[in-house]
Amino acid sequence: MNRLWWVCAILLLAASALVSAGLVPPYYIGLMTEVMILALFVMSLDLLVGLVGLDSLGHAAFFGIGAYVVGLMSLRGVEDMGVLLLAAIAGGFVLGLAFGSIALRALGPYFLIITLALGYLPNALAIRWRGLTGGDDGLVMLGRPTLASYSLDSPARYFFLVAVVLVICVCLMQAIARSTFGYGLRGIRESPVRMTALGYHVWTYQYAAFVIAAVFASVAGALNAGYNLFVSPVDFGIERSAGALVAVILGGAGTLIGPAIGALAIMALRHSIGAVTQHWPLVLGLFYIAVILYAPRGLAFGLSDLLARWRRR
Amino acid sequence: MSVNELIRLVFDASALGALLFLVSAGMSMIFGLMRIVNVAHGSFYLLGAYIAFGMLKVVDNQLLSYVVAIGVVTLFGAVLYSMLIERVATQPLRQILLTFGVVLVVGDIALFFWRGVPAALPVPDLLSGQFAIGRLTFPVYRLFVIGLGLAVAISLDIAQRKTRIGAMIRAGSDDLTMLACMGVNVRVLFVSVFAFGAALAALGGVLGGMFLGVYPGIDLDIVNLAFVVVIVGGLGSMRGAFAASLLIGLLDNITKAYVPELSLFAIYLLLVLVLAFRPTGLFAQRRIA
Amino acid sequence: MTLALEARNLSISFGGVEAVRNVDLRVTRGERRVIMGPNGAGKTTLFNLLGGQLRPTAGQVLVGDQDITALPPWRRARRGLSRTFQISRVFLPLTVWENLLIAVSGISGFGPRAFRKAGADKPAARRIDELLERWSLGEHRATPVQALSYGVQRLLEIALAFAASPQVVMLDEPTAGLSTGERAMVASRLKSLPRDVTLLLTDHDMDVVFEVSDRIMVLDRGRAIADGTPAEIRANPDVLDVYLGNI
Repeated sequence: MNRLWWVCAILLLAASALVSAGLVPPYYIGLMTEVMILALFVMSLDLLVGLVGLDSLGHAAFFGIGAYVVGLMSLRGVEDMGVLLLAAIAGGFVLGLAFGSIALRALGPYFLIITLALGYLPNALAIRWRGLTGGDDGLVMLGRPTLASYSLDSPARYFFLVAVVLVICVCLMQAIARSTFGYGLRGIRESPVRMTALGYHVWTYQYAAFVIAAVFASVAGALNAGYNLFVSPVDFGIERSAGALVAVILGGAGTLIGPAIGALAIMALRHSIGAVTQHWPLVLGLFYIAVILYAPRGLAFGLSDLLARWRRR
Repeated sequence: MSVNELIRLVFDASALGALLFLVSAGMSMIFGLMRIVNVAHGSFYLLGAYIAFGMLKVVDNQLLSYVVAIGVVTLFGAVLYSMLIERVATQPLRQILLTFGVVLVVGDIALFFWRGVPAALPVPDLLSGQFAIGRLTFPVYRLFVIGLGLAVAISLDIAQRKTRIGAMIRAGSDDLTMLACMGVNVRVLFVSVFAFGAALAALGGVLGGMFLGVYPGIDLDIVNLAFVVVIVGGLGSMRGAFAASLLIGLLDNITKAYVPELSLFAIYLLLVLVLAFRPTGLFAQRRIA
Repeated sequence: MTLALEARNLSISFGGVEAVRNVDLRVTRGERRVIMGPNGAGKTTLFNLLGGQLRPTAGQVLVGDQDITALPPWRRARRGLSRTFQISRVFLPLTVWENLLIAVSGISGFGPRAFRKAGADKPAARRIDELLERWSLGEHRATPVQALSYGVQRLLEIALAFAASPQVVMLDEPTAGLSTGERAMVASRLKSLPRDVTLLLTDHDMDVVFEVSDRIMVLDRGRAIADGTPAEIRANPDVLDVYLGNI
């Protein structure tokens, strides 16, 4: 699995080099930016699904809150990306505290359903509360935020912002996964009964993980808003939550890098189908079905094995 | 609000509730017995309505079209279960994602065949017209839906409590292994229950097609509401599903009348509250393990 | 003489069935106590009551002098009580080292220190090495537990219970599923444990039971029918009846 991390790091470095040399057309820079944002979101979900074993179908709620905080504040004159990111984190934190305390009252399959229901609440609110959120039409931001006085207007500059934020977040997530806390989470995933017998207060660990995952998701949402300059209830939507879960399963839950690869694969698929046919829901649906039925542990394990065999030859 | 308006509101809510019950009853049985979460349950509704609509254009016989539509969807349900859903029978997360994929596929196919034009099914002559109580008139058709819903609810409840199949289903909801040990062919039972649920949903689609119409996206709309009904009513409980359907119907109608911005929000809030404080449902009589 | 663990008039019923009835148990500090009884006698239920996995319908559980009856399992663990389970609940996808890490870190609670890299805490790392040594798990240090034989997994289960230096360890059928050699090894390890740890165990292997125990309590259908030294128990006709079914 470590090899996969190295491969992705090298790819990111190579991409950054090409972008800074001006060798990549803006469309593709934008695409890579989107992939990185999606990867961040999906990895935040993996903290919950893969590490703690809590399957959440409402994770987009936090993506959405990050996006809307940025959209709303930007429309009220806040232009600095640093401030906007911090505000988005605060939003994710608060919503995470609120939703976590409710969601964790339900266990097992009910957790899945309650997160689904909780995920609908901000979505429904965003659609209905036109006065604040612009409803279905969403909010159009006036201009790209700046970082201190550094303009982020060009695709390349925003790409670098997202890359830096992504790297920082990934390092943090890895640190958490490799910490004693992270192992505690894994223990809870495997056997909560054993963990309580060992002295762990399971709820606290689950709650902390939930809030942490929410915060990372809200960062992704904020970056997305800054990129698209547009936020809408879709940012909160079930499609985003479900798509992220599929990416986690496709990529390999619990590995962090796996879901990121899964996100890349799904993004590539979506863009290539969209270019060829209007029937992308059909293809996407078949793809979901295929992944669920045929990807037992996920791409990450398959790729990791492949890499291991390639190095050994 | 005047008394007349209140009566009309309750009446309409009951019609919606009855329809919702038809869709949710199947889902409740499936969820309760097989612990299967089927997001594509709404697709049965959608297909029931659209196929009936398509048949009517070809054959001039309403009864035949509706029966064929329900039959096709029932078969589809049986196939869907035995070929796909059974493979992820123990993993709720994968069930949801798999069936979500099915929703996308079916939705797109429906879009392809019926062009996404909202359609409505014609009300049979026998059931059209209005009837009067005092100074109020109500569509006969909606009364029929309420009556049918009630009849189905009562029959299902009796069947669950008094017939052998009902006993098998109740037993299976508690202890599946034991049921299999007693010689029940669990697989056949499951396929049948699933197909029956699909049939009910398709019936709902046909009936609903007459007063709600059908449009792309109704599959998700209806399954959202059905979900809430199933959870609020309690898994596997027919009485719970019926009571919850009426409650949701009322909630939906009232909020749409007074605070339309918040109608979906209110329904989901109810779901969250029930899950957080009474996860076995408001009306469940048995505790679910 | 201080009591390490005590049950006073402990009872629990499920529906109409009284699984444990009026059990009085006194375990002194450093003692090796065994609970015996035929299948269905209520041994594991008693363990679950003592460990906190079940709440009694009557009676009390005390550790030291403190009433812990109302405490959930995680609080009991922090008071120095630990246990193993009849069916091994080890963390299968993780390595042996990682399993022990989790066990060692349990009672320190949730706090900023939990976020440090696993194994960076030197005392914890040393403790893990100690445990690997003590329970002969060193060679499996980096092996995922699901790749190990059931016998080794059972040893790990026991090691997990000792990880946080508890004062009272409850072992629920520790030798179940082990080969003869492994059983002998477990018995000798338990015997060689220092007397500052109190042991309460239940097992079906008579050799292990009589070798390790200081005192034995025999349960039958939820009630304690005998309580004494191994010699006393061996000579007790009621105990023989219970095991040979002389009704």
